[in-house]
Amino acid sequence: MTHFESDLAKLKDMLLTMGSHAETAVQTALKALTERDDERARSVKDNDSVLDQFEIDVDESALLLLAKAPLARDLRLITVAMKVSQNLERVGDEATTIARRAIELNTEPQLKPYVDLPRMANIAIDMLRDALGAFVTGDAEKARRVVPRDKEVDLINKQLHRELTSFMIEKPVTISRCLHLMTISKSLERIADHATNVAEEVVFLLEAKDIRHEHPAA
Amino acid sequence: MSTAPAQPPGSTARPAPRLTRQRTDWSSALWTSATLLGTSFILVLLIWIVGDIVVHGLPGLSWRFVFTTPKKDFFEPGSAAVLPMVVGTTIRVLVMTIFVLPIGVITAIYLTEYAHTTSIYTRVIRSAIANLAGVPSIVFGLFGLGFFINFLGKNIDLAIGATSRFGHPSVLWASLTLAVMTLPVMVIATEESLKAITPGLREASLALGATKLQTITRIVLPNAMPGILTGAILAISRAAGEVAPILFTGAAYYMADLPTKLTDQFMDLGYHTFVLSTQSPDIDKTRPILYATVLVLLMLTFTLNAFAIVARARMRRAMRAGH
Amino acid sequence: MSALQIDKTTPPAGSGQHPPGGAPLIQTRGLELFYGQTKALKGIDIDIQERLVTAFIGPSGCGKSTFLRCFNRMNDLIDGVRILGECRVGGEEIYEPDIDVIELRKRVGMVFQKSNPFPKSIYENVAYGLRLHGAKDKAALDEVVEKSLRGAALWDEVKDRLNSSALGLSGGQQQRLCIARTIAIRPEIILMDEPASALDPIATAKVEELILELKKEFTIVIVTHNMQQATRISDRTAFFYLGELIEYDQTKKIFTNPAMKQTEDYVTGRFG
Repeated sequence: MTHFESDLAKLKDMLLTMGSHAETAVQTALKALTERDDERARSVKDNDSVLDQFEIDVDESALLLLAKAPLARDLRLITVAMKVSQNLERVGDEATTIARRAIELNTEPQLKPYVDLPRMANIAIDMLRDALGAFVTGDAEKARRVVPRDKEVDLINKQLHRELTSFMIEKPVTISRCLHLMTISKSLERIADHATNVAEEVVFLLEAKDIRHEHPAA
Repeated sequence: MSTAPAQPPGSTARPAPRLTRQRTDWSSALWTSATLLGTSFILVLLIWIVGDIVVHGLPGLSWRFVFTTPKKDFFEPGSAAVLPMVVGTTIRVLVMTIFVLPIGVITAIYLTEYAHTTSIYTRVIRSAIANLAGVPSIVFGLFGLGFFINFLGKNIDLAIGATSRFGHPSVLWASLTLAVMTLPVMVIATEESLKAITPGLREASLALGATKLQTITRIVLPNAMPGILTGAILAISRAAGEVAPILFTGAAYYMADLPTKLTDQFMDLGYHTFVLSTQSPDIDKTRPILYATVLVLLMLTFTLNAFAIVARARMRRAMRAGH
Repeated sequence: MSALQIDKTTPPAGSGQHPPGGAPLIQTRGLELFYGQTKALKGIDIDIQERLVTAFIGPSGCGKSTFLRCFNRMNDLIDGVRILGECRVGGEEIYEPDIDVIELRKRVGMVFQKSNPFPKSIYENVAYGLRLHGAKDKAALDEVVEKSLRGAALWDEVKDRLNSSALGLSGGQQQRLCIARTIAIRPEIILMDEPASALDPIATAKVEELILELKKEFTIVIVTHNMQQATRISDRTAFFYLGELIEYDQTKKIFTNPAMKQTEDYVTGRFG
């Protein structure tokens, strides 16, 4: 393996590590919510800096590699890496938002059993995992299958939004808790969006096809 | 001579290789001395020979000696003079150059620019030239007699109905004989200078739509001129001193008048030297004349070469400045 | 035959249509070249569009320079070269016996890898081609020399020393002089065989900028071993390997997503 090829491999590894950190962050944040665990929530907030640093590192490596004027697949890998790292960093930020809101929610009694939020979270985490898996195995089809699932998450988010809105109108005392829950739902919807972005970037890497903005917004 | 760098006590590190020379480099010194010796030897030889000639010849030089014709008993110091020989040698060298330069250059151009390097014909020509260079000069003299005088000259006489205009020794035939003799030198020197021109220049010219001929006349030949002149210099140097080729083809023992036409015979410095040294009744009396004659021959050769050398230098300077 | 990849915008040969880049100025079909018994070019089909820069890339010895030199019959200079197949410039088959090679070379100029200015003055170098074909009028020559030197982005640097020797110029200037000399006779096509490979980066940049300007008037075919150079200046790129044309397409496709694996491997430096 040439030096350049090993540098490319290191870049890929960085992205995969970032991906697993992001996944963990979302899972932990969700647990902090469902199990009303402030410790967990705080750990998510603290570990976000890891993802931030990763984004900086990936961008720096990518820049240096670009200066070597790579072409074709190598060129696509580097531009994709920069975009994916940005998306993963934002996933981390959304996880932090969820954690913060969880801490707020934990100061009041739980409104109702959490069903939809864990459902959304699981779909979003699966999407992220599949997108990154497709990146590793070079499976463009797998990446393509991630994209339509975003609609599901959007639907749950909209439905939850409606539910919580009527809740708030009926029982104004729950407004604060409802708003926190809506924020968390929004964050999860955004995480699914980021996972979709990652999947689209993976398709571009593997097939040199730009499939962004092809699907109508849900 | 040189001291080892101080080593800290107890250190186990290997000392770094020293940069100063430890002992005299014998083989280099030997080579330097040998080459110096060889060069000095040649220089000494040259100075000895030329010096000998100059020292013994100079007293014999005078305006009368160089610029008047000798009397028939030219072994006597009072009767000796070399004007006819100077004229004869100069003319035959010039006429030779007029023939050998164009023929040599054209042959060389054919060999480098047109001939297929792999054809048998080319190889035959090349080996012919190489062999010609090795032929002894006396053979050229006999060739000149047999071919130029007896065959060509006599047949021309027959054709134009003259009696012995061309069928006898003359400046023309002697010069042609010399031209044949120096042809290899001319061809090889020209070839070398043609080959020395970067092929890129020819390519560039052809790529601009030049014909091969245009490329040769506008680019190749002008840039090969210095080399061609070198060939001319070599030919002149060789021819000026040769005696054997002109022995039967034009050199005369004594002529009362200077040569005026190409069909005249001529006296020659080289030949005269030969005559003075072998035919003299009293060699001791003739010796100073002999030295003086040789000195004049040397000076003439240098002068003839000087013209060509100056022309070459001027050409080189013009090429560097861009014309 | 060659595993040819022409982009879908090129209509089939002989259809009479002209693809977006313009009429194909140079066309070859089944072109083969032999050095004695060795086949150096193996059945090449290509259409080169006018007023575009077409780059030939490929590893050493792949035949790209040899192919380039077919277009102005410079391969004729080599003993033992045989050419089969069709090669048309401006619609005319150029390997017919009655073709005037001199005329061809006036229409198809060439710039070489190692700059080769004549040991003459700068002025005489540029005027050489014109004088060859009979031009004598000083005023007319002056005008063409200035125009050509301007066209080669060299005028400002040499306008005060037109009569000094061309050999006194720097490497980059000499190469631009060779370009000026070539465009002075206004060819339609300029062939360039690695014109910048002997130059430093700044001189290279100047030559590349020049090529981008020249392409407005001339059709340029450039052989280069520098991939990034091809991406910077060419519109189409042809990849050659072992005497065959492997892929020929728009430059941006060749360098972001080539169709053939061999092309991808070469372009990413995995071989060659």
